[in-house]
Amino acid sequence: MDLLYSLSYYPFFVKDIFRQASVFFSEYPPISRNRLSQTRFGGGGTGYFLAVVTAASLIYGACAGNLSAVSAAALGECSHAAMLSLELLGTLCLWSGVSAVADECGLTAWTAKLLAPVLGLLFPTARRDEKVMKAISMNVTANLLGLGNAATPLGIKAMKELKRAGGGLSAATKDMALFVVVNTASLQILPTTVAALRLNEGSPAPMDILPAVWLTGGFSLLAGVLAAKVFYRETGPRAEGGACRSGSAAAALFGEEEP
Amino acid sequence: MSAFQAGDFAVPLAIVLVFSIAAVRRKDLFSIFLSGAKEGLATTAHVLPALVLLMTVIGMARASGLLGLLTDAVAPLAERLGFPAEVLPLALLRPLSGSGALAFFEELLGEVGTESYGGRVAAVLMGGTETTFYTAAVYFGAAEVRKGNGAIPAALVADFAGTVMSALAVRLFFQ
Repeated sequence: MDLLYSLSYYPFFVKDIFRQASVFFSEYPPISRNRLSQTRFGGGGTGYFLAVVTAASLIYGACAGNLSAVSAAALGECSHAAMLSLELLGTLCLWSGVSAVADECGLTAWTAKLLAPVLGLLFPTARRDEKVMKAISMNVTANLLGLGNAATPLGIKAMKELKRAGGGLSAATKDMALFVVVNTASLQILPTTVAALRLNEGSPAPMDILPAVWLTGGFSLLAGVLAAKVFYRETGPRAEGGACRSGSAAAALFGEEEP
Repeated sequence: MSAFQAGDFAVPLAIVLVFSIAAVRRKDLFSIFLSGAKEGLATTAHVLPALVLLMTVIGMARASGLLGLLTDAVAPLAERLGFPAEVLPLALLRPLSGSGALAFFEELLGEVGTESYGGRVAAVLMGGTETTFYTAAVYFGAAEVRKGNGAIPAALVADFAGTVMSALAVRLFFQ
């Protein structure tokens, strides 16, 4: 998934960690929206975290004699954020446009076809199901090409296909676990957002990190795939009722992503 | 071919390749590009409010010296791993929050420069890893899967491997 796409839907972290944890640790009931909004700081876990960090900054800044710097940051960082968005606006528009052209030309479908045999080795049980393999390879291709807007709905489709192929259980199959790991260890050919930021900060060759990025992404992917094979443990099918409840709760957290 | 040249080739080549294929296939390049670029506009507008909030909070923590305190505390551990201490908070933030990581990365570049060891490691880390928890939650949530069966620990192993490798790769290619 493209960096900017993921962050556009994911501004805050602490509260979401609790929510996500509740999805994966079924011993605990999912934390409901209500319970979070009833916490003292109003905004739930994230609000609490932000309140603590700002208060700690004020107190520590006053003690360390950095109060004027803290004040300057509190006043000026918002325009800094606006300028950053403006700087990234051009990059984002350019590559969204180029990606749209590439997609329309069938470049995504072509690359997906090319990748299918390799991905078949990764997902041996899904290989026999053509529909599943097509969804997986389209998603991986979109990630590689930096088509963040396309990768997520394709990935969700792939997950649903994998679930169908695996018998519709509420526990992740080996292929589902591996597919999520492949997606969290994103491998992107052109990290355009990062390069744009480097360019703005005066880097003479913002893309000179490319080989290092590829090596890092590839190594991280390899480690993730091996770890997914090692960590996978079979769990018996769970009661579908509970799964649906938490599943729809998790879906509700992120709203309707695509129309 | 040196790393420098490969980087200079990649971006123009990608654009030329895509545009040429569009021309050969007689696609309406102009209007397709415009409708795609409009999506970028919407995404940026979506990101701005979160960036304002998070950059203000991170900026305050940095200006007060609190962030430096944290960096100093983890420095010995980072040094043992050969990892630049100033980038370590970014490595911890990266799997959790996309906008938090972006805000931190931008400020770090301004502080240490793009061509420094730390600045390069941060860039490689940003390019080679992903907002793990968000991705996992979206996919498992959409498929209504409750048990990850080891996917989250494995994804965190991938993040850790990427973090360690980002420092190694920068040393390999730039020193």
